[in-house]
Amino acid sequence: MANVGIVIVSHSPKIAEGAADMVRQMVGDGVNLAYTGGDPGGGLGTGVESILDAIDRAWSEAGVAILVDLGGAETNSEMAVEMLDDERRGRVVVCNAPIVEGAVMAATEASGGSTLEAVRRTAEELSPQ
Amino acid sequence: MTPAVLHRLIVAVSDDVIAHADELTALDQAVGDGDHGINMKRGFDAVRADAQATAEKPLPEALKAIGTQLVMKVGGASGPLYGTLFLALSKEIAPDGSNLPAAFGKAVEAVKARGKSQPGQKTMLDVLTPVQTALAEGGADLRARLPIVAASAAEATVPMLATRGRASFLGERSVGHMDPGARSTALMVATVCRVLED
Repeated sequence: MANVGIVIVSHSPKIAEGAADMVRQMVGDGVNLAYTGGDPGGGLGTGVESILDAIDRAWSEAGVAILVDLGGAETNSEMAVEMLDDERRGRVVVCNAPIVEGAVMAATEASGGSTLEAVRRTAEELSPQ
Repeated sequence: MTPAVLHRLIVAVSDDVIAHADELTALDQAVGDGDHGINMKRGFDAVRADAQATAEKPLPEALKAIGTQLVMKVGGASGPLYGTLFLALSKEIAPDGSNLPAAFGKAVEAVKARGKSQPGQKTMLDVLTPVQTALAEGGADLRARLPIVAASAAEATVPMLATRGRASFLGERSVGHMDPGARSTALMVATVCRVLED
């Protein structure tokens, strides 16, 4: 069984790339990892099309966990999940967690072969209840 | 609705949003991240470019095409929010548009779910909800009344405290500015009514 994949979605391409760098360094190559940042016009923001592309790049049969920064990143990620085909839609979750710490914790959990639900739970333990 | 009328609607709404891009951006600079006008312009540039082909589709398919363009091109939070409004409307609307009040009600519910928001939080919902109520009431003067309902609802967001969206980070500082999403919604309502009145 493949490990859960991780997608990082930030308004800033630099933050997305930097968070992904940290995940790679701390967790290695055991999980599929993709990141995206910036709006369709090249400014700060997020876009559904590039999030769908990132989900595709990080795709794993075990599912994909998405980590986001601010409001629009979450809304666009949820929209992207809804636009997936029926087979994939139920296997992608948007985590309610801080983007950097959440990505590292989720990837660590994923690299041990945990289920999507366990990966999400571990990331979300970082959020105030 | 004939393809000619649908075409006029698409072009007029697109042109009005594009013409007001600077105003929407200025409003968003006061309470958000200053990209609402730019984002909406990008989305409606794409919608306008497809106007001819879209207008030839049946109404539900046309609304779906518009919603998809907005989701893909706008970015920010307004892309999925406006996209959801049009996509939900496309699922509910009858090909002859006769069930608009009911379909619009469902679409507004879909926007609430997408934004995890309710009216009173200084968002586009503060215009969509009164417009929905006015649509449900109907009446011969509906097209004259709707733009006024929408404009005064947008005006009513000025003293509101934002508790959703980017403006909520500003807390009390969001008070005293019109919500850019409320403004863009009111703008579109007014344009649709004006075109249908002609």
